[in-house]
Amino acid sequence: MPHTALYSEHIAAGGRMVDFSGWQMPVQYSGILAEHKAVREAVGVFDISHMGEFRVRGAGAGAWLDSLLTNRVANLSSGEAQYSSMLNDEGGVLDDLIVYRLREEEFLLVVNASRIAKDASWLYAHHIEGVSLCDCSSDFAAIAIQGPKSPEVFQKLFSLPMPSERNRIVELGSTCRLALTTGYTGEDGFEWLMPHNEAAAAWHAAIDAGALPCGLGARDTLRLEMCYPLNGSDLSQDRTPLEAGLGFFVDLTKPSFPGKDVLVAQKTNGIPSRLTAVRVTADKAPPVRPHYPVWANGQKISETTSGALSPSLGYGIAMAYLPPELSEPGQPVEIEVRGRKFAAVVQKKPFYQKKP
Amino acid sequence: MNVPENLRYTESHEWILVEGDTGTVGITEHAQAELTDIVFAEPPAIGKVFAAGDVAAVVESVKAASDIYTPVGGEIVARNEAIEKDPALLNTDPFGTGWIFKIRIANPSELDSLKDAAAYRAQIS
Repeated sequence: MPHTALYSEHIAAGGRMVDFSGWQMPVQYSGILAEHKAVREAVGVFDISHMGEFRVRGAGAGAWLDSLLTNRVANLSSGEAQYSSMLNDEGGVLDDLIVYRLREEEFLLVVNASRIAKDASWLYAHHIEGVSLCDCSSDFAAIAIQGPKSPEVFQKLFSLPMPSERNRIVELGSTCRLALTTGYTGEDGFEWLMPHNEAAAAWHAAIDAGALPCGLGARDTLRLEMCYPLNGSDLSQDRTPLEAGLGFFVDLTKPSFPGKDVLVAQKTNGIPSRLTAVRVTADKAPPVRPHYPVWANGQKISETTSGALSPSLGYGIAMAYLPPELSEPGQPVEIEVRGRKFAAVVQKKPFYQKKP
Repeated sequence: MNVPENLRYTESHEWILVEGDTGTVGITEHAQAELTDIVFAEPPAIGKVFAAGDVAAVVESVKAASDIYTPVGGEIVARNEAIEKDPALLNTDPFGTGWIFKIRIANPSELDSLKDAAAYRAQIS
């Protein structure tokens, strides 16, 4: 099974390794609760080298991406990034990704690990003259440094102030070494892309600067508290980004992109379901997990796509696609756990509000 | 890894402390380390009757739910409410304040099929 350039570091740090989309990745080191808390209150470091990177270059690169992705690339200045998604012709989400504009005519796409080969095929299938596309996933290692103390780590690592705005790119000498103020935790932080052979040194430098090694377990509870969707769980090829609550990252004024017609129709006629945040209100309820049945008015209406006992909040949190009429905050529902139903309520996203 | 000599063990990592006709049941230090941070525990209701090997309780970590099997059959005579309020006791004191339930042992001969400390230590080593 493939592993990242940081495999030895994970083992040395006591990482408990699991299979994640075909990669050997650490689910935890010291413990998910301690790692989660470190990111909310101090700073943690995650290996995200398994994620995929594509370079897109050429005079027509921006227009080409605008013809394929949901968000408007033309809105990006050089040095900025945006969240976007790629859809099938039915409007279903193939993948969610971040588009970084490095130069006027040069972009970096960062995609989910499980989708690298499929995204590459999809992009090549839509390829046009004048645009160069390269899957450079195996060239890059990457770590994410996240938490309120990330700016201190950034300063120590690069002797530069961390940009205070999100979605900014800092080039560290070349476009092979990038610090990006993006993340998947809801905290301040940055993602640091670098050539493979520099990963171990970067990892240790981040730890020496105060970051606690954090695994996929904490990454999942942190992102769920923010209602950030996970592809393959909360996003699927059967649901549109409008159903997933990602309308902000869809520009329907663009001339065309795959799936646009379906989205326009949904905009006019309404969406069949909405990815909804649900919190457990019952006392002593077990943790909620994915694929637990959701009930309302005595009927099973859906199942959870993600779920956890929120480490920050102490109660069960979940997301589920609910019929729009049952997705308003305050709507009582029930979540079934091992044959018993527990009271829950629809609430506004996100579950967790970042400390000021 | 601590494996107290005075307990009997199951293959599925429960321990039982026998005092008279009553057994106190919990999970081993090895089990709690494998499960990692335990965030939920549901001990059985008093008066429930189980056969040996039945699922008698559930504990859940952040990532997974795990069934707890009773090492012997009998009636539940006590449940540890402290672990409902503070499930982390199962991590911090699995052989002590992290016990899960007490059972009136219906058939003491069932204890013979359980492992002693040496056999359990061999299993997890």
